[in-house]
Amino acid sequence: MKSRSVAVTTTLQSAVVTGENVVAGYPGKIVWRGASFSLDRGELVAVIGPNGAGKTTLFRLLLGLQQPVSGAIKIFNEVPKRGNPLIGYVPQRHLIDSETNVECLELVHLAYCGHQWGFHLTAKVGRAAARRALEAVGATELASKSLNALSGGELQRIFLAEALVSDPDVLLLDEPLSSLDIRRTQELVQLIDRVVRTRKVTALLVAHDINPLLPYLNKVVYIANGKVATGTPKEVLTSERLSELYDTHVEVIHDSRGNVAIIGIEDHHGDE
Amino acid sequence: MQHAFEAGTLVAIVAGIVGYFVVLRRSSFAAHALSHIGFAGAAGAVLLGVSPILGLFAFTSVGGIGMTVLGPRASNRDVQIGTVLAFMLGLGVLFISLYTGYATEAYSILFGEILGISSVDVIVTAVAAIAILCATAFVYRPLLFASLDEDVAEAKGLHMHMLGIVFMLLVALATSIAVQVVGVLLIFSLMVTPAAIAQRLAKRPWHAVLISVIISLTATWVGLFVAFYEPYPVSFFITTFVFILYLLVRSIHPKLELMKTVSTFAKPIGQAQN
Repeated sequence: MKSRSVAVTTTLQSAVVTGENVVAGYPGKIVWRGASFSLDRGELVAVIGPNGAGKTTLFRLLLGLQQPVSGAIKIFNEVPKRGNPLIGYVPQRHLIDSETNVECLELVHLAYCGHQWGFHLTAKVGRAAARRALEAVGATELASKSLNALSGGELQRIFLAEALVSDPDVLLLDEPLSSLDIRRTQELVQLIDRVVRTRKVTALLVAHDINPLLPYLNKVVYIANGKVATGTPKEVLTSERLSELYDTHVEVIHDSRGNVAIIGIEDHHGDE
Repeated sequence: MQHAFEAGTLVAIVAGIVGYFVVLRRSSFAAHALSHIGFAGAAGAVLLGVSPILGLFAFTSVGGIGMTVLGPRASNRDVQIGTVLAFMLGLGVLFISLYTGYATEAYSILFGEILGISSVDVIVTAVAAIAILCATAFVYRPLLFASLDEDVAEAKGLHMHMLGIVFMLLVALATSIAVQVVGVLLIFSLMVTPAAIAQRLAKRPWHAVLISVIISLTATWVGLFVAFYEPYPVSFFITTFVFILYLLVRSIHPKLELMKTVSTFAKPIGQAQN
């Protein structure tokens, strides 16, 4: 009897992120509509599409920073609320620049306990958690280095550690690969995949180029032209599906190694 | 003289702590502008026969909130702030000219005149300092987090707007009491430069705050000691001390970085690279 009810709950709970006919944007300025999707635990999902299509908007909906215009979007079977510790977030832009002379451990530590008000005599627990997060991303030796002394690839590891420190069930990564060269991109993608598989988290990753991610992806969320297509890469990355999405003829070409090229679309530089 | 040391010490501690966040949030121009806005308040208070510090409190608080309301990070914010502060300075000049008392009042607001501070003002300073320290002890973690990684902090549920207002009020209060020591025009020397030096030297916020407080305390005490024997303004010595220290750190620090790089490459050939 007990194992049966556990089995039922597990099935219900395996869909971590669900959307039913979601319309995103603001009344008067719809960004995308008709989005229905179901993302399961432990899946690595790419969120792609042209600039300004509304990829960050999806993240803002899941973080509870924005409400859908209509439709139901759920995370962990509940309406998204602000400050959910089960979500780890790596935003697109960061304030870190050449003047930021703060050690990496401190940034990760703050992600763990920065929401706590009041005076704290000791930071031992938080710093230990921060060290574990840095270890998980292979950045232990960067702990006492200053943020402004890191390379782009190293910084992305620190931001990932920031997102992991609260032991989340969902990771939202907004363009973590943008400023990296091919080698660092591959390293980071492999790291993210390893983290996803060992911790069984659901990771949504916004990217411009899907090819580095293809070997590791479970699903794709393709946002373009005010519409959203979700499914496995094989289902979504077809000429038919994307032509339907873009309302114009789009050709999807696969090369001998499985890389994908999408021909026939303009990359709109919108304001996202 | 004893009052000057008491008030000066309190101001230096507060300025060292609040200054750390000012530099971290790249808000030094806003802090600078707040002191000028306060000038109009102080001059107006003198005109009304009230203690200048009350005018400072009132105008800097309102000014600080106004700046936050203008928007969190507008790119041409310095133009907006500069326009307002120029107007405020003009207002202050008008109030000063209307005041039929002594011009030394204006001088002390602009450049600080801590030696003549009254015991009442010391108590007011102490109360303000305690309020600032208590508030800082309560908000320092969220404020630090929001200052370093705004978007993640917001995603974790922190309210950026409210924290921005709290921060500005802390700066407004700290600036108001610091004006007594270094005046409106030299507020940088206590509120910004010590923290700027500290941030170059320390990677952990705790250490940086400590260094910042030590620098502003030393500068203030040196200024007070020298002014006791020489007939020159305290604020001049404070500003000069801090400036020289800043130049020293700027010139030595690149050399420290250079030494680190050299030592990495100069490892003995036999040693294995880890």
